[in-house]
Amino acid sequence: MAEAKAKDVLFDPILNANPIALQVLGICSALAVTVKLETTLVMCVAVTAVVALSNASISLIRNHIPSSIRIIVQMTIIASLVIVVDQFLQAYLFEVSRQLSVFVGLIITNCIVMGRAEGFAMKNPPWLSFLDGIGNGIGYSLVLLLVGTLRELFGSGSLFGLYILKPLNAGGWYLPNGLMLLPPSAFFLIGMFIWVLRTLKPEQVEHD
Amino acid sequence: MRRDSVAQTFQVAMLLCVVCSVLVSGAAVSLREPQRANKERARKANILAAAGLADEARRSGVETVYDRRIIERLVDLETGQYATDRDPAAFDQRRAARDPKQSDAVAAEDDLARVRRRERLSLAYLVQGDDGHTTQIVLPIRGYGLWSTLWGFVALDAQAIGQGPTEITVSGLNYYEHSETPGLGGEVDNPRWQDKWREDKRVYDDQWNVRLRVMKGEVASDDAQAAYKVDGLSGATLTANGVTNMIAYWFGEHGFRPFLQNAYQRPEMLAAEGGGNG
Repeated sequence: MAEAKAKDVLFDPILNANPIALQVLGICSALAVTVKLETTLVMCVAVTAVVALSNASISLIRNHIPSSIRIIVQMTIIASLVIVVDQFLQAYLFEVSRQLSVFVGLIITNCIVMGRAEGFAMKNPPWLSFLDGIGNGIGYSLVLLLVGTLRELFGSGSLFGLYILKPLNAGGWYLPNGLMLLPPSAFFLIGMFIWVLRTLKPEQVEHD
Repeated sequence: MRRDSVAQTFQVAMLLCVVCSVLVSGAAVSLREPQRANKERARKANILAAAGLADEARRSGVETVYDRRIIERLVDLETGQYATDRDPAAFDQRRAARDPKQSDAVAAEDDLARVRRRERLSLAYLVQGDDGHTTQIVLPIRGYGLWSTLWGFVALDAQAIGQGPTEITVSGLNYYEHSETPGLGGEVDNPRWQDKWREDKRVYDDQWNVRLRVMKGEVASDDAQAAYKVDGLSGATLTANGVTNMIAYWFGEHGFRPFLQNAYQRPEMLAAEGGGNG
């Protein structure tokens, strides 16, 4: 029974309760960092690490947190973890961290992290909360990587910086779609993703 | 409930602060060394990029190429002579520009690039060719664009400096830090625009007046003054004006002009071994 539950906690957020598609959380960073796959991937790993660790540590002390300062305690833990992740990126992935610039710091305000801390980790044991963090991180990553792949492929003609459709300004034939380089294109792509997902899983459609 | 008591609230808050601050400062302190090395490598890579050596740096490694090709010098901007009493490798130019002991306030009417304070000493980088001659000289520039200060390097053809002011040609330009609008002013990063600075652009007229400027729109191909004009950035007139202003300032009398005039009279100053002032 417990094992089945752990599996659900880990895999449910990927398609059944995807944080971006169903819960519509964390959209802001999905727009900002998905121009190139490399930055997208690093952002995904960073967010997954922060959600998993913040969930685990908040769950660990959940019975000691006074409810009057509950939110600020969660924020402090999340902020500390984000700063540590940012320091790591600056030390070991310098170029990528320069491109991500402020968006690593803005993981603090990513609603997924806060949402899972308040909605799951405050009520569940550490191991399950950790898995819930990993699951939500992967769910977030799935959407981001999909958007990142489409934006880099059609916006720059490349994937991970390697040319697939060689663009005109590099001596090829492909005229890049400039819209894909701009944040609104991520809105359209996420919208289409949600549309496809809700057509396949009609139970996710919200009725008013 | 006990856990909602005032005492417990304070206790949890204090404990949390201590644990989190230890975590954060521990990470910051233990990772300081690789972070510093990264910044240093990025600085060297940008100097090499301004000198058009980015490809070589990619092949052989930034540090190797930098050590082989670049000689650092300190220039006294007032006199235009080398300052030999300080070690260039230990000189922090950004700190010097803020330090009242190492910099002077710039009078408003002279402050074209809006730098506010100008350091007394500046770094200059001599680029060595394969035969041991100095081929280029890379000079740091900075100035205000639309939103932010742009930090960059300009490379000059060293061989031409001895032939007179009108022969001084730009051999490269590179910006490494700014916060201009991506896609508009941020296009100062675009290698294709930076390549336009390599198309035989001259800095001075025969009286050592700075003439080089960024235009609005494209430079006509039959323009007799094309050597003094660089294509503009569309949609980024104010950033482009900032670039023009910082060229005017840093190659003017408060910038590197005294140094370049000295180098014109005594080209041996630019040789690898010409570090002394004698």
